[in-house]
Amino acid sequence: MTGARRIRKAYGVRGAPYLFLLPAAVLFALFFALPIGYAMWLSLHKVQVKGLGLGAGARDEVWAGLENYTDAVSDSELLAGALRVLGYGAIVVPVMLGLALLFALMLDTERVRFAPVTRLAIFLPYAIPGVVAAMLWGFLYLPDVSPFYFVLVRLGLPQPDLLDGGPLFVALSNIAVWGGTGFNMIVIYTSLRAIPAEVYEAAKLDGATPLQTALRIKIPMVVPSLVLTFFFSIIATLQVFSEPTTLKPLTNSVSTTWSPLMKVYQDAFGKGDIHSAAATAVIIALVTLVLSFGFLRAANSRTRQEAAR
Amino acid sequence: MSSLAVRKTAAPAAGTAPGTAPGRPPRRRAALVPTATLLVGALYCLLPVAWVVIAATKSGSELFSTFTFLPGTGFAGNLTDLNAYRDGVYWKWMGNSALYAGLGALLSTAVSALSGYALAIYRFRGRETVFNVLMAGVLMPPVILAIPQYLLMAEADLTDSYASVLLPLVLSPYGVYLARIYAAAAVPADIVEAGRMDGAGELRIFTRIALPMMVPGLVTVFLFQFVAVWNNFLLPYIMLSDDEKFPITLGLFTLLEQGSNTPALYTLVITGALLAVVPLVALFLVVQRFWSLDLLSGAVKS
Repeated sequence: MTGARRIRKAYGVRGAPYLFLLPAAVLFALFFALPIGYAMWLSLHKVQVKGLGLGAGARDEVWAGLENYTDAVSDSELLAGALRVLGYGAIVVPVMLGLALLFALMLDTERVRFAPVTRLAIFLPYAIPGVVAAMLWGFLYLPDVSPFYFVLVRLGLPQPDLLDGGPLFVALSNIAVWGGTGFNMIVIYTSLRAIPAEVYEAAKLDGATPLQTALRIKIPMVVPSLVLTFFFSIIATLQVFSEPTTLKPLTNSVSTTWSPLMKVYQDAFGKGDIHSAAATAVIIALVTLVLSFGFLRAANSRTRQEAAR
Repeated sequence: MSSLAVRKTAAPAAGTAPGTAPGRPPRRRAALVPTATLLVGALYCLLPVAWVVIAATKSGSELFSTFTFLPGTGFAGNLTDLNAYRDGVYWKWMGNSALYAGLGALLSTAVSALSGYALAIYRFRGRETVFNVLMAGVLMPPVILAIPQYLLMAEADLTDSYASVLLPLVLSPYGVYLARIYAAAAVPADIVEAGRMDGAGELRIFTRIALPMMVPGLVTVFLFQFVAVWNNFLLPYIMLSDDEKFPITLGLFTLLEQGSNTPALYTLVITGALLAVVPLVALFLVVQRFWSLDLLSGAVKS
């Protein structure tokens, strides 16, 4: 091997990872970094109209400082939307993860029947788009076609309007719970199966009941995956958009600004005010990051170190 | 995986009752509470699917007059109506969704494989920084990206194009993360080193040696990304205005929006929703025979 060739090969090994990472880097720059930077720039500017606002150059983008942010923070509709989404999240996250954990534990029980079939059935909603899921449930909530109303009417019971007021929160939460439980169940079930068998043998010798085994051994051992599913559920919940947007044609109770994200869309494309929309989007992103990472930091730093390897 | 097998076989086979087939342990009593809980959960998850299957068989008048779970007589008519709606634009939407999800997932898998392999196998300056920056992308709310992406696409004259929906979704932080885990677990460092000893170039080692070893993981990345793109609504909702380019989610949504004024369109929405669900459910049923769902959460045999 000649010296020149050895140098070229050494360079090849050294340069290869950068070459392999090039497509990802270019895509990241174009579709993540640039848009984020642009959104921040927009959020700090506003449109100023000169003179009568006619002709080219009559509309100027000028520095606005934090004006868009102070406007957004003091916007009562944004605050109301944030409260709605917090209420919605307070139902979705605990119920969805509670059910996911329950089903995962049941799947992991000895002598359980129909486990493969039920596991697949519970996972099935993952394959159904949120928009279609919201449509299916939306129809099931409509008094004219709903089987629930059919039963309620026959029994002479009161028929609550599922698409208004408090029940609307439950109705929307149900769509998210239905769509997300299966995926989280699989994540938790996978880590349950990774628990070594010896642990159970020891518990059995000590005379532990299945319930005690679940509470004292299984749940503590799957805490890392519970933390992970909680983390991703918070992010997904704060960004709810498709489901309320899909229910909008079916009811007047879902406004165009029901969730903060819907307000961003409405500001940007309904009102054409991209600057305040950008400021609101940045605020949502910051709140999401603070809440999700705050949770993660508080929960554990151990799993993160393991994941980084 | 092994733990399950161990626990299964640990079940005592003693005390074989007379009359049972020789060589087979007796069926043990099913655990009632867990089985019942799972069956209730399965029913809950299947309810809307069962509803849409039955509702799609109803004609417009039957939909509002007969009991919900009573099959109707209008399925053929609904299909004809759906085919005829705006010269079969529904099938155009399905085709678009297949294109966005199929091509998008393929590109995404390729990028994930390259990056995941590089991050798992090579030691180089800034490796963890690159990884962490890429991972931060998963935390960015789509909306903070989507609006500036739209404006930037508009600058490049690319809004309302196939590329505007396809390109922003190619880089998937979750895909890179999974590919890295699989590469680290499935591609031994000494095999890469042996390839170098034999004088193979880095790209050749990747395509000929590492890539085949990473296939099971990459199938997972592909499926995950396929579902993510197929189910995406926000990006096409923002980018597209020409309904010839709509994916199925956006197409059905506009159909439902019009349906709120003309309930006759409801039967079209319902039939369309059923047919939109079929491909992905079929994909999962076929794939799950040889692909473990567990892979989705990044579980690797070590």
